[in-house]
Amino acid sequence: MENKALKTQESLFLKLTEALKKELSLEKGKEKIIGIKFQKSGGDWSLEELKVQDPGEDITRELSETKRQLKAVKKRLKAAEQQLVKQEKLASLGLLTAGIAHEIKNPLNFITNFSDLSVEYLVEIEELLQDHKHLKEIKDAFALIRDIKTNLGKIHDHGYRAEGIVRSMLLHSRGGNGHYDPVDLNALLKEYVNLAFHGMRANKNPINVEINLDLDPNLGKVTVNAESFSRVILNLCKNAFDAMREKAGSPRAPDDYRPKLKVSSFTENKKAVITVEDNGPGVPDELKNKILTPFFTTKKGAEGTGLGLSISKEILQEHKALLSIDSKEGEFTRFRIELSQKL
Amino acid sequence: MKILIVDDEKDVEMLFRQKFRKEIKQEDLELVFAFSGQEAIEILEESDPPSVVYVFSDINMPGMTGIELLQIIKKKFPQIKVSMISAYGDSENYNRAINSGAKEFFTKPIDFTSLKREIRGVLNT
Repeated sequence: MENKALKTQESLFLKLTEALKKELSLEKGKEKIIGIKFQKSGGDWSLEELKVQDPGEDITRELSETKRQLKAVKKRLKAAEQQLVKQEKLASLGLLTAGIAHEIKNPLNFITNFSDLSVEYLVEIEELLQDHKHLKEIKDAFALIRDIKTNLGKIHDHGYRAEGIVRSMLLHSRGGNGHYDPVDLNALLKEYVNLAFHGMRANKNPINVEINLDLDPNLGKVTVNAESFSRVILNLCKNAFDAMREKAGSPRAPDDYRPKLKVSSFTENKKAVITVEDNGPGVPDELKNKILTPFFTTKKGAEGTGLGLSISKEILQEHKALLSIDSKEGEFTRFRIELSQKL
Repeated sequence: MKILIVDDEKDVEMLFRQKFRKEIKQEDLELVFAFSGQEAIEILEESDPPSVVYVFSDINMPGMTGIELLQIIKKKFPQIKVSMISAYGDSENYNRAINSGAKEFFTKPIDFTSLKREIRGVLNT
């Protein structure tokens, strides 16, 4: 009974409020009645107090909020603009270097090939002079020819070295090419580890390496840019071979040292992980951060361009993958690639 | 067998003549040179049918590019083989050349061992 009376009263108040709003021409949403007081005197109700929220207060608050948001947007825009200018600069620099790099290949073509030709001619000169070797002058000429041949060999080697640098630069500047497709990562690893091994065997100072592939058969397909991703694998393997060759040639290496390369693939937290581990000399702690910097190399003379790892890092960044290094001096170096996509 | 080499760098002639001097002396190989795409077409048009059987062309040249030259040769003289020699060995250039009918694609610095193999293969057929 009492309850019902309360409800009637409530609805009465609501009706009253609505009526008042109309009376005071308060538009919905703009101003709010925040308090009404009625008084009953002598059986009649009369309005004693009406509290309306000051609309100005609301608008001021809204305006200052908008201003704050605008400021934040402006700040973000400014940052984005700076980023854009920086990228624009880098992009044009990239284009320029790519153009220069290509054009450098033309003179390098002449340098390497003309030095080869000159060696061929010297061989022919030697053949022509063969019968007169007993003459002192000819003997001297032979000595000179030998020196010239050595020099030409140097010209060839350094031309070839410069070409390697140019090639790496081009790989560096070439971004965004190639396609991202679902790839059988294990097959890619098998193919490119093998390729790296045979490439090493076919080149200067081959070493014997025991290769151990530990590939998770349940890895499945992973979306990568096979063209650039395979380059990372080649680079990591090549580094491993170079490191192990260095250790094998060092007098400090144990007599029974046998170079071993282990390449593994597995899943961790539903992500694909690849590790490339060698039992070479390891990377000292103070160099761990430096080795990913462009042009940083510990390899002697013409052996390294110092671009392999920095290119790999860049390629992996494009894949949103992480590259990390774990190493113990004298024991092992392990590179770990963690692909970000969930399998 | 007459081979035409097209490159805007003049030293290419000296390099090729020296690299192939044995083949020129001992075998039936004749080298002719053009330093632009236009000049190459003029040489091909000198005799009818053209005496040149194989053209090796650079891609990046002032005026007519090697790809344009390749397309013109393939249209006018489909019997002539054309291969490209370029410093730009990227897949885009490669695909464009091969799709336009190039036989092979060599990159600079030129590996003369593989170039000689290619020419020998044509000489022997």
